[in-house]
Amino acid sequence: MGAALHKYPGRRLTDSGFLTLTDPWKENDFGLTSFRQKDRFRDFHQYFEVTIMAKMAGKQMFVEALKREGVEVIFGYPGGAIIDLYDALDQDGTIKHVLVRHEQGAAHAADGYARASGRVGVCLATSGPGATNTVTGIATAYMDSVPMVVFTGQVPTALIGNDAFQEVDIVGITRPCTKHNYLVKDIKDLPRVIKAAFYIARTGRPGPVLVDIPKDIQNAKAEFTYDEEIKLRSYEPVLDPHIKQIEKAYQLFEHCKRPILYVGGGAVISGAHEEVRELAELIHAPVATTLMGLGAFPGTHPMNIGMLGMHGTYCANMTMANSDLILAIGARFDDRVTGKVDAFAPHAKIIHIDVDPTSIQKNVKVDIPIVGDCRKALQKLIKVITDNGRPAETWKERFSPWWEQIAAWEKRHPLGYKKDPNVIKPQYVIETLYGMTKGRAIITTEVGQNQMWTAQFYKFDSPRSILTSGGLGTMGYGLPAAIGAQMAFPDRLVIDIAGDGSIQMNIQELATAMEQRLPIKIVILNNQFLGMVRQWQELFYDRRYVATDFTFTPDFVKIADAYSATGLRATRPDEVEDVLKKGLDTPGLVIMEFAIAREEGVFPMVPAGKATTEMLLV
Amino acid sequence: MKHTLSVLVENNPGALSRIAGLFSGRGFNIESLCVAATLDPTLSHMTLTTSGDDLIIEQIIKQLNRLVDVYKVVDVTEEGAYVEREMALIKAKAEAETRAEILRMCDIFRCKVVDVSPKTYTVEVTGPKTKIDAVIELLKPIGIKEIAKTGVIAMSREKKSL
Ligand SMILES: Cc1cc2nc3c(=O)[nH]c(=O)nc-3n(C[C@H](O)[C@H](O)[C@H](O)COP(=O)(O)OP(=O)(O)OC[C@H]3O[C@@H](n4cnc5c(N)ncnc54)[C@H](O)[C@@H]3O)c2cc1C
Ligand SMILES: Cc1ncc(C[n+]2csc(CCOP(=O)(O)OP(=O)(O)O)c2C)c(N)n1
Ligand SMILES: [Mg+2]
Repeated sequence: MGAALHKYPGRRLTDSGFLTLTDPWKENDFGLTSFRQKDRFRDFHQYFEVTIMAKMAGKQMFVEALKREGVEVIFGYPGGAIIDLYDALDQDGTIKHVLVRHEQGAAHAADGYARASGRVGVCLATSGPGATNTVTGIATAYMDSVPMVVFTGQVPTALIGNDAFQEVDIVGITRPCTKHNYLVKDIKDLPRVIKAAFYIARTGRPGPVLVDIPKDIQNAKAEFTYDEEIKLRSYEPVLDPHIKQIEKAYQLFEHCKRPILYVGGGAVISGAHEEVRELAELIHAPVATTLMGLGAFPGTHPMNIGMLGMHGTYCANMTMANSDLILAIGARFDDRVTGKVDAFAPHAKIIHIDVDPTSIQKNVKVDIPIVGDCRKALQKLIKVITDNGRPAETWKERFSPWWEQIAAWEKRHPLGYKKDPNVIKPQYVIETLYGMTKGRAIITTEVGQNQMWTAQFYKFDSPRSILTSGGLGTMGYGLPAAIGAQMAFPDRLVIDIAGDGSIQMNIQELATAMEQRLPIKIVILNNQFLGMVRQWQELFYDRRYVATDFTFTPDFVKIADAYSATGLRATRPDEVEDVLKKGLDTPGLVIMEFAIAREEGVFPMVPAGKATTEMLLV
Repeated sequence: MKHTLSVLVENNPGALSRIAGLFSGRGFNIESLCVAATLDPTLSHMTLTTSGDDLIIEQIIKQLNRLVDVYKVVDVTEEGAYVEREMALIKAKAEAETRAEILRMCDIFRCKVVDVSPKTYTVEVTGPKTKIDAVIELLKPIGIKEIAKTGVIAMSREKKSL
């Protein structure tokens, strides 16, 4: 029965608003066919609750449901199959819509909004090409566990399967890259489906959910009820870790000599940054993060030994490889982190906290699996440790030989690069940018060398301050993600650190940013190469630069100009500071282009398939 | 090792393709898959046989459970004693000189002849896979024209029920 009605006894919802009933006994236009004589003696309200149904069109349900989910902004692009939802959004007028210039941009913007804020990002696209254009954005969000709901219009139910105009089986196409998806074929299901979509997207291991709504369903009418809570018998993520497992984990700490905390994206997602820090400081253990875990432990903390993996620090990789106990916190032992699995941390026992059981024991054998939310698990672990009452000093003492070893690694090959007075080094640009923005900025990146230099040379002290496509490695992510982040935080400094190749993949979104008056700053590290691929060709293909050398590059300053933004360029090292300073000080959207050393590489580097101890150094 | 998994899924459109897609997308083996309604109209029951080492089977079960539509997964093979059945319809050449032999064999294996045409017998055989394979081997020299099989269905003997 219509929950909304309980609040308005004596009135009922109609298509045009509320209708006040004066004499309900005479009314029969709302289908009270079973009305019988004795009902006259019933209490009016009771009668009302039992009988009346409020009918609402699908498009209005859509808007109403979004409002109940607390959605403030959505990113989208219209078309014939979704025009009704647009119309309803406009009629209602409470939800802000950002019109992008390509649906991939909408998906990445919703993703950026979600990563920056921790809330569910929402995007909207029409059927057929609109829907397929979102797929890369959906897969990007899926790989990095980003909560997102994508609504697509679909041809009318009667035409589904007929190769109708702009028909595509988007539910089929996105099945392997969504957490779940729905085709709504009955208007009665729509409210429940939307509720479930948001619930599934944000709970457990977050992820994108797609809801495909045929055009006739958008206009069909049914009763609208929207439950506050939803329970799905087949979907019940385990959040609370088992205390027995926590106690076993603690025992391993009691007996280890060379521990490491391996912190991943799950720690950011669960908001466990305080707990990670508390645990590290409590037991005096070194912390290394993945690319996705950057910011889950302060980048400037003395116990932070850097990023792990293919382009991680020598120190972090050596520490992990030689450890005797690894506590993985929301990290999924990705091949970019483990390197050759057989050679991965051969002496280590592994404790793995993850909300998704499939992440555990997928790539490496785990000694103590802990299924649950990182934050909850760490809180329990910290409690068990403090309850056991060992003074902090004893931990410190116990691990001091380990720290000496770590310090030696750190000293042997610190992160660095060869400075050059004549040509701009990308690392220098990032360092300088970091020096100017310290902690203030939300950084998005594109993919490739620009992304890795950012990860290495910018220090992320707080979670959700770097938004980057890790799992899928989607070029073209950074600019639309910056739009999403800036929509979530209008007053913060949002910077997209880009490569000259990637920025061209969604450069059309400059128009979106300008239209919304977003003061995004774009730093283009221009090597006129698909640099990361070029680096592989240099190292493993005998310098055959096939299809990576751009012989034509547009003038990015003129592009800025064409979009009525500000464009700045630095071609010499001594211009870098000025350009950055001026760029950051200029209101509105600014593109800062840096002509960098063309063949600069990202180091250290673990060649694909090699052990993490076999690093190529600067 | 071969494992038989019993899976209860929400009776939603697309649930089957989610499961099939999971196996193909992640490169897991799938040897047979049987789908049928249950007493509860909102759930369907799938029995699937797959193979892999312990880690792979563990991953398969976890991945199945991760699907939003999957209600429950039981590794029947791990649950101890269980019964497993498969059915095959085998259309065999039945000429004057072989008819008696086919009938005799059916008798021994407790198969049924369920259809007869001037030149063929269609034999129904039910049992564990080994029995069906044996019948097929015996009929091969006589001449098999067509085979249709159901795939395995299975049930734990007492312990865990789905
Ligand atoms: C060019 C390029 C180079 C790269 N180089 C590197 C590199 O050198 N080093 C590196 O680390 N990465 C690198 N990556 C990224 C890499 O591909 C992976 O994306 C990354 O390593 C995965 O990070 P993660 O393990 O933290 O897992 P994520 O993908 O962030 O996964 C998070 C895990 O946490 C779990 N989780 C989610 N929420 C919770 C919760 N509330 N509680 C508990 N668990 C939760 C999830 O189930 C999942 O298992 C590179 C990517 C690119 C494109
Ligand atoms: C959509 C997409 N296509 C191709 C790739 C493969 N790829 C990875 S890095 C890279 C080069 C990126 O070039 P650029 O943006 O200029 O960054 P650079 O490495 O030069 O900093 C390519 C082509 C990708 N990650 N994404
Ligand atoms: Mg480049």
